[in-house]
Amino acid sequence: MQYMLLIHVDEAAMAAAAPTASPDKAYAMAEPFMAYNEALKKAGAWVAGDRLAPSSSTTRVRMMGDRTEVLDGPFADTKEQLGGYYIIEAQDLDAAIQWAARCPAAQNRAVEVRPIWKAQ
Amino acid sequence: MTADADSARAAAEAAARQSYGKLVAFLAARTRDVAGAEDALADAFAAALEHWPRDGVPDRPEAWLLAVARRRGIDAVRRRLTREAGQDHLALIAEELEAGMAEQEIPDERLRLLFACAHPAIDPAMRAPLMLQTILGFDAAAIASAFLVAPATMAQRLVRAKARIRQAGIPFRIPERQELAGRLDAVLEAIYAAFAEGWLDAAGTETRRRNLASEGLWLGRLTASLLPSEPEALGLLSLMLFAEARRAARRGPDGAYVPLAAQDTELWDHAMIDEAERLLVVASAMEGLGRYRLEAAIQAVHSARRTTGGTDWPALATLYEALLKLTGSPVAAINRAVAVARLDGPRAGLDALEAIGDERLADYQPFWAACADLAAQLGDREQATAAYDRAIGLERDEAVRRFLLAEREALDRGSGKTNGQAVNRSTSRGGR
Repeated sequence: MQYMLLIHVDEAAMAAAAPTASPDKAYAMAEPFMAYNEALKKAGAWVAGDRLAPSSSTTRVRMMGDRTEVLDGPFADTKEQLGGYYIIEAQDLDAAIQWAARCPAAQNRAVEVRPIWKAQ
Repeated sequence: MTADADSARAAAEAAARQSYGKLVAFLAARTRDVAGAEDALADAFAAALEHWPRDGVPDRPEAWLLAVARRRGIDAVRRRLTREAGQDHLALIAEELEAGMAEQEIPDERLRLLFACAHPAIDPAMRAPLMLQTILGFDAAAIASAFLVAPATMAQRLVRAKARIRQAGIPFRIPERQELAGRLDAVLEAIYAAFAEGWLDAAGTETRRRNLASEGLWLGRLTASLLPSEPEALGLLSLMLFAEARRAARRGPDGAYVPLAAQDTELWDHAMIDEAERLLVVASAMEGLGRYRLEAAIQAVHSARRTTGGTDWPALATLYEALLKLTGSPVAAINRAVAVARLDGPRAGLDALEAIGDERLADYQPFWAACADLAAQLGDREQATAAYDRAIGLERDEAVRRFLLAEREALDRGSGKTNGQAVNRSTSRGGR
């Protein structure tokens, strides 16, 4: 099965920490993720994974009749926003939970484990 | 219907449930589709419940069920399959059903199914209902009435939980050794929850709920037989047997509540207690100390009164102390305080009760009943009356309420109390 690991982040807290972060510190923050990505790839569990730009850069689009409505900002204006994701291949939910538990984001944020409904 | 016919019917029904659960587990473990497995077997199971009590249990019950399922069910499954394009797990069920026909012995996958039902990703309140439906074949209405939930609500929750097992990819597997303890605990807790619901109906007047106690025992037996070297599985079964053995003594002929200390030991089921004791001995030889084994040991001390004529209060105080350390349960703390009162007098017991300081106890009947009893023994009528009033207001069982009212009235008449008989349901389940 494939699962998406959704990483929700507190953007305000991230932004408060980021401008003052030295390159060294930024590297220190990214390093565990790089190691994790490697582990996923080695195990053959890696499908995809990315960090998302802040929700201040997001745009909502929907059709109102034949008019395209474009709105700025995220779907739900909450403190926690989707900040990144992984798509992994896992035998079952237990295996996916184990990968989620190893994800560095699980240290201080909750990681949501969502099965992907495969179109057949 | 005669008693013989009744027990023949019960035996046939038990055999039908046994075979049905094995087949559901067999199919579901291969396809992850619990609802589909139940659908495929529903007609065959209904036929078994109809025929077996009348014609006797067939020699190979699983083969019988599979043959009927094949005759009546597979074509229906196939038809549904072609309607619901892409649902290839249904094709898998049809194939597995046919594969099962060829196998002499259907492998017992019920333990895997139990672990799936009690997976951490399943709502804890739905774990026991799921087990009762998938392993024992009870319909949603029967489960709903046992858990005091509207039938439509229960049916909907069960459907959702089964969809969740399939969609989320909840595995049908026995956890690895390092995670077994935690996961087994969830299985045992769900079984105990089913049993405790039935235990609450002491008089056995609500048939559905009384059955729940026997189904809890049944699941406990199944788990203990499938995991014979897990001390907690044996401990839970032992604990439930000790409790169930006292059923006939828990109410007087007039339906009045009889506290444990006043129960006539002649009314206890001695064969059941013997079995509970044997299980506890086996479990005690194993390593580790768990909650259920401790609770079984506590029940063993109470049950020893049938031969010794007395109760070993120092042993109870020690065991409750250990249970309190292990679980932090305020219920264990109350029972420990009651034992302390027996050993060191009502003042020491009341001090111990007041020292618990858990705000959940404000709504917990046994806490106030114990306070009232000890205050009465100390001659503090004011405190005792206030505590009885709170206990009476919190009790939902009519017989216990009448007992507490009588105790309070005795207080008003000024009759001295010498013997503490606090209302103790002796299952130390939190919140009950």
